[in-house]
Amino acid sequence: MTWVRKNLILILGILVLVYTFIPIFVVILMSFNDPNSRLIYQFDGFTLHNWLNPCEDPDMCSAVRLSIGIGLLATLGATVLGTLAAFALVRHDFRGRSSMNVVIFLPMAAPEIVMGASLLALFVGAGFGGQLGFGTILIAHIMFCLSFVIVTVRSRLAGMDDNLEQAAMDLYATPQQTFWRVTFPLVFPGILGAALLSFSLSFDDFIVTNLNAGQTTTFPMYVWGVAQRGVPMQVNVVGTVMFVIAVVIVVGGELNSRRRARALA
Amino acid sequence: MASSAAVAPLAVMDPDTGRRRGWTGYILLLPAAIWLGVFFVIPFYSLVATSLFDPSGSDAKGYDMTYHFANYWHALQDYWQPLVRSLVYAGIATLFCLVLGYVLAYAIAFKAGRWKNLMLVLVIAPFFTSFLVRTLAWKLILGDNGFIVNSLQAVHILGPDGRLLATPVAVIAGLTYNFLPFMVLPLFASIDKIDHRLIEAASDLYANPITGFRKVTWPLSLPGVVSGTLLTFIPAAGDYINAQLLGSPNQRMVGSVIQSLFTDANNYPIAGALSMILMLLIVAMVLFYVRRAGTEELL
Amino acid sequence: MSQVAEAPSSGSSDSDAPADASTYDGLALRQLEKDFGAFRAVRSLDLDVPRGSFFALLGPSGCGKTTTLRMVAGLESPTSGTITLAGQDITYAKPYQRPVNTVFQSYALFPHLDIYENVAFGLRRRKKGDVDAQVREMLDLVELGSQVRKKPVQLSGGQQQRVALARALINRPEVLLLDEPLGALDLKLRRSMQIELKRIQDEVGLTFIHVTHDQEEAMTMADTVAVMNAGLIEQMGAPAELYENPRSTFVANFLGQSNLIDGTIKSRAADVVTVDMHGIDVSVRADRTHTQGDKGWIGIRPEKVLIGEEGESLDAPGNTVPGGVVTDVSFVGVSTQYLVRMPWGQELQVFSQNTGRHRLFEEGERVELSWRPEYAFLLDASQDASAGAQKIDSDG
Repeated sequence: MTWVRKNLILILGILVLVYTFIPIFVVILMSFNDPNSRLIYQFDGFTLHNWLNPCEDPDMCSAVRLSIGIGLLATLGATVLGTLAAFALVRHDFRGRSSMNVVIFLPMAAPEIVMGASLLALFVGAGFGGQLGFGTILIAHIMFCLSFVIVTVRSRLAGMDDNLEQAAMDLYATPQQTFWRVTFPLVFPGILGAALLSFSLSFDDFIVTNLNAGQTTTFPMYVWGVAQRGVPMQVNVVGTVMFVIAVVIVVGGELNSRRRARALA
Repeated sequence: MASSAAVAPLAVMDPDTGRRRGWTGYILLLPAAIWLGVFFVIPFYSLVATSLFDPSGSDAKGYDMTYHFANYWHALQDYWQPLVRSLVYAGIATLFCLVLGYVLAYAIAFKAGRWKNLMLVLVIAPFFTSFLVRTLAWKLILGDNGFIVNSLQAVHILGPDGRLLATPVAVIAGLTYNFLPFMVLPLFASIDKIDHRLIEAASDLYANPITGFRKVTWPLSLPGVVSGTLLTFIPAAGDYINAQLLGSPNQRMVGSVIQSLFTDANNYPIAGALSMILMLLIVAMVLFYVRRAGTEELL
Repeated sequence: MSQVAEAPSSGSSDSDAPADASTYDGLALRQLEKDFGAFRAVRSLDLDVPRGSFFALLGPSGCGKTTTLRMVAGLESPTSGTITLAGQDITYAKPYQRPVNTVFQSYALFPHLDIYENVAFGLRRRKKGDVDAQVREMLDLVELGSQVRKKPVQLSGGQQQRVALARALINRPEVLLLDEPLGALDLKLRRSMQIELKRIQDEVGLTFIHVTHDQEEAMTMADTVAVMNAGLIEQMGAPAELYENPRSTFVANFLGQSNLIDGTIKSRAADVVTVDMHGIDVSVRADRTHTQGDKGWIGIRPEKVLIGEEGESLDAPGNTVPGGVVTDVSFVGVSTQYLVRMPWGQELQVFSQNTGRHRLFEEGERVELSWRPEYAFLLDASQDASAGAQKIDSDG
């Protein structure tokens, strides 16, 4: 009994952690579901059918393809722009620093509906009301991913020992060589993390996308659409795959650095 | 270019901040600054303008700017219920998130030892699945013939015909679940920084564990509490996915109203006005809250 | 205007005037200045460092020694002045263009590279052939041959320090700069590294410039020491020279400890100066007198002061000062340290070696102090008598 008391917090914490995983188990389970009816969402029977025929509804797969495409482009845009900006903020002096910091912080905290609404207002006001689609979605995604990239890369860069660059130059490295051989390798994990974060933010975005998509359908929009009409179980296949990929990348990265740390000791 | 800009110790440096002066900083910052300026700051003004358009216009005809402040009054009159409901649901969900999140963050920071990083990763991992797919899963879990409803009926918390779906309970439960990481991560960042020896010192000075928490841990974790609640409440107030998927039309949230005003009713001025009202309310509540909490560090 | 930047007197081949920078075969700093905004970190520094010497730049925190080092490395640009190396002006050359390498205080080892690549870094940038042989030879020199493929984070502080040294040395720079490299090490390790560094410098024959606030370290390792204070060099010379014949109160207090007693000059002869020290006549050699005025600080090191019973005839002929009362006795093993209050109120320090030949005195006893005149020195009365003294809360 005292063991429980001593570890109470840890036990509670693990319980909360389990709580966060419950829906995931449901998603994984439902990906094997053989539904009796399209409209009643419950587990009826086990089947591999969904996994073997993921694109049974072609609209779903094209939505997934679109989301991946937008995700990659948005990640590229946000990562490049954001990394440059992070370097500027950490290494350079300029006026308007605090305003810039506010402008960077706001998109992370603003309600999506307001951000999406204001972007829509901009597009309509500029006369692009009839051309909402891939382009406007991409613009929106880069916009809200930028802040996350900047914050992530900035903290990684700021945490870097600046003696290291001086040491490199002391050892005959030109500024270019110093950047590519010392600075960049050390900041890269931050950039990579920011890119992964961007991709998942973009892929998963609904509210902002929904307002600015016009007729185009991304994966979250597809799910929203079928939620009323009847959800194909393949949606859960996609959900499971996303989860597995994410876990593999993140947990794998963590275990990799643990393995390296153990090898060091 | 970025390479030499990033590393040039003999460039003119400000002796106090150690940062370089000159044009390079502006050039590096420009693309991102322009993007955010054009697609975040300016749209804000567009939204303000839209909220003041004459409601007699339309997508096809175009809108006239008539400084029609009455839009705000109409929006409030017609839609104050979903507005208040959103703020209330978000508030309750934030509170639940705070309790659950604090327990989890504390457990990871203080009790996890070697597993700290792994646990952190496990906190975030479920949230890489699609938001919508997860919420649909809750629809199943809270379903009328599901385990939870059956158990609650068995212990008579719910009546024999009781359900969880299409009630505020389901919506708030969904909100709590989906925004939990936004609470846990800032909380963890703050709690993790607390020096364990401070608690030992408190104990040495005759404080029992509860007092130690009240007087040492909690106050020191406040910055994390503040940023966590803000990062949770603000998006939750604008969310409508949970309400739509897990609730009934009686639980309609303001985000859904705004969405349909834009896309279905094409009533841009009212939609804009309602968005502005939501935003102003949130800003007011945030300022009031931050001032009361007395801390300026937000991140 | 440059302050006391005199070339080393005895034991050096240079005259008192700084050598002509353009032909000097060593490092020459001329009128070097560095301002950080309103703060003047280095003022009009003139310095000659002979080729192949082990040179120490010694001073308290904030005196400008690290800034000077960084200017030599090229990591800071001087506000004015010149830096010349073997006749070549390198004042504004970029760090990667100078034949100068630095061992950083925090080592600054590249965390993402292993030891081998860290050490090979400079060679690779200059595309020097046969990297492998040189790297292994250098790692053997610092006794890290077995750790070749480890990352810096896996090594201990002492090992990291040796990697930092190897990484700099392997490039055979004209000048090797060491920025307080032993500061993070514990005492025993520091001692052995001091000997190690000296040995390596002897073997390799390069010019070492060692920046430190630890006066024992500087005196142990260096051929020449320059004492720096508030951006200026107070005195420069061989360690013994600086210690035995300090020219300012700062140097007298910063190196070891000194008793400074106020006195009035009675007469000056060709080779000796007589000073009235509270009614007692003491003599100081003329070449150990560093003031022109009427008054001065009579300086005598505590270990040079002999303590004896009143009336006992001590090591004559000396300056004898009667009337002291012992106010504190500290037994330190190797010596006994006394504080003796003199008739004029000042407490003098006396360090007496515990040779066993005479007894220890107790608190309250009346004693007589004396010293041989050739050990005394005379300093400018306008200088602060506490300058350079270590305070309780100061570091080093």
